[in-house]
Amino acid sequence: MKLSGAQILIESLRREGVKYIFGYPGGVVLNIFDVLYDEKDIQLILTRHEQGAAHAADGYARASGKPGVCLVTSGPGATNTVTGIATAYMDSIPMVVLTGQVPTMLIGNDAFQEADIVGITRPCTKYNFLVKDVSDLARTIKEAFYIASTGRPGPVLVDLPKDITVAKADFKYPEKVELRSYRPTFKGNLWQIKQAADAISKSRKPVVIAGGGVISSGAAAELKEFAEAAKLPVTMTMMGLGGFPGDHKLSLGMLGMHGTYFANMAVHESDLLIAIGMRFDDRVTGRVEDFAPGAKIIHIDIDPTSIRKNVRVDVPIVGDVKNVLKDLNKAMHDAGEHVNPHRKVWLDRIEDWKAEHPMDYEQGDVIKPQFVVEKIYEITKGDAIIATEVGQNQMWAAQFFKYKKPRTWISSGGLGTMGYGFPAAIGAQFAFPNKLVFDIAGDGSIQMNIQELSTAVLHNLPVKVAILNNCFLGMVRQWQELFFQKRYSSTCLTGTPDFVKVAEAYGAVGLRAQKPSDVEGVIREAIKVKRPTFMDFVCDQTEKVYPMVPAGAAINEMLFRPPDCPPGEKLICKTVKQELKCRCVRAKRGM
Amino acid sequence: MRHIISVMVENKFGVLSRVSGLFSGRGYNIESISVGQTLDPTVSQMTIVTSGDDNIIEQITKQLNKLLDVIKVTDLTEFDHVEREMMLIKVQPKTEHRAETLRVAEIFRGVIVDSSAKTYTIQVTGDEKKLDAIIDLLKPLGIKEVVRTGKVAIAREAKS
Repeated sequence: MKLSGAQILIESLRREGVKYIFGYPGGVVLNIFDVLYDEKDIQLILTRHEQGAAHAADGYARASGKPGVCLVTSGPGATNTVTGIATAYMDSIPMVVLTGQVPTMLIGNDAFQEADIVGITRPCTKYNFLVKDVSDLARTIKEAFYIASTGRPGPVLVDLPKDITVAKADFKYPEKVELRSYRPTFKGNLWQIKQAADAISKSRKPVVIAGGGVISSGAAAELKEFAEAAKLPVTMTMMGLGGFPGDHKLSLGMLGMHGTYFANMAVHESDLLIAIGMRFDDRVTGRVEDFAPGAKIIHIDIDPTSIRKNVRVDVPIVGDVKNVLKDLNKAMHDAGEHVNPHRKVWLDRIEDWKAEHPMDYEQGDVIKPQFVVEKIYEITKGDAIIATEVGQNQMWAAQFFKYKKPRTWISSGGLGTMGYGFPAAIGAQFAFPNKLVFDIAGDGSIQMNIQELSTAVLHNLPVKVAILNNCFLGMVRQWQELFFQKRYSSTCLTGTPDFVKVAEAYGAVGLRAQKPSDVEGVIREAIKVKRPTFMDFVCDQTEKVYPMVPAGAAINEMLFRPPDCPPGEKLICKTVKQELKCRCVRAKRGM
Repeated sequence: MRHIISVMVENKFGVLSRVSGLFSGRGYNIESISVGQTLDPTVSQMTIVTSGDDNIIEQITKQLNKLLDVIKVTDLTEFDHVEREMMLIKVQPKTEHRAETLRVAEIFRGVIVDSSAKTYTIQVTGDEKKLDAIIDLLKPLGIKEVVRTGKVAIAREAKS
């Protein structure tokens, strides 16, 4: 029996086990949406903006490990997903983006709502397709899912001209994929792995740097075994959070620009770095010439281009992190006793650093944003999925919440996309309807995709948004304060709406905490109501993220909170030429 | 240093754009690129001349390998190889230089592929130095237009 292209598409998605499509309709995808109208197994989640759909699919993928799917129309629908695609691409998240396209015969004619989305997304997708013949459609979808989810994962876009969705063909879903030009290396070279094992047993001051590859290959158990057996301290990149339990005694937390003092010092002084599924991003290395000057580097990654891209590597191992760690654990086990006697001295040294500069802040009579994050951690006992926006909120969420399991930390790392967290949290909540899902947000970021409140309300998703409201674009303001002589150019967010009222207007729950003693009650209430909730935490506007490695500095050259930091310093907003008066602050605190 | 990289790719639309996009997106330089079908009509062969230090060339070959439509990447600079480029030169010599023009063409084993009352079009094949040399000699005689194909290169078979 022949099926239409639209039917073939949906049937193919069913074969791939897709349950949710995040999307938005439009002219050229009408046939597909028409098929979805009667569909029982696959639910289309209507977001309120295509960018929201892309981020929701991404959040779904990060939480579940399965490729997220989104479906949008041609032209503006497709271009609105580009930020979402680029976000997923930078963080290697499997996603299949289906875009409508004008009919084949009109392509190139500047037709209504035409955009060359295949051309536009070529540099920010792992691969993309334009389907020109309906008989290629099923195979294309199969390949799209295969490419998105294997090797180094990433987003794949499939552009579907309208006539292809109407044309008919026999439906035969291919059993397997044969691509002669795509053969990722899954097994690491055993000789190299042996070299790595030798280096580890000889090392006096080793440090493991775990990245997002640990999460995407599902290697958390292998990493734990590896670190515990050889007593290796583990630091994580932002993308690697949750790959190793944050509350483990060998955990050093995050490294890099806003990493912990002890992680950065340990990496800097190390004689052997074991980099696992990470890519030495500039936010991790600081000034690259002075990065870990005395260390040999073992680099394990599935993507050969990651190796030796930014730093020299002594033992490169290309392969899937999980496979390589299994082999490495075995190699180290076979070599017998492998805890170097010098290890204790090294671990003691790290303990000294921990004591010297622990992660801390001082909670006064104004809510400190770190306090909110810590309270969420305490109340949930760390058993929650935390999405974040981008900026200070993201860094505090990374620093003050101890992620114990993989896929509980959902944040835009590489691209740093403001507006990512809320739709991503929605996607994660669809993947795990019974888990506690928070979006830790700033008052700037949340306004970038605030329209998705509708989506959350419509599906009654109990996503809890903790807005660390400081009435500023805090991270940029922090840079202006430290490096631009406190010239707060365009970072003051006067005119921010009342988030409680916004939530209520959408039919969600709005809560506000004005003082530290309100914080716990607000969080508990948000958990209790089991509905979409905005929590507006009126936070200290002057608070900054520390430690901080200034741009261009080495990672051991950190800035710390100055001991004489004046509490509650006044911030002047130039736009209104007066001391900042945020609506919400003024309302209750009479500033 | 200059490298000649031979890239076997799927013969599909958009592949050239993926390859050139990789170079432009990462700030690598393409000195010349030539593309043509191989014996297998589903496969095309690209010859790319690029330059950079060892790290850049390593990244270029790795990134090319990572592209989905790329089947095989060979840095021919590492191998004994033959490279050729073809050029068409349209010369417009003064009457007294017409004989000289033909002689230069002959020295370089050029072929006259077109001639008009005022011009000759000479086809020359060779390595870069040879092509540069004939340009130098013909310039004083009056070159009107030059078109070069960019390099193609192939590895030599190992002897015995």
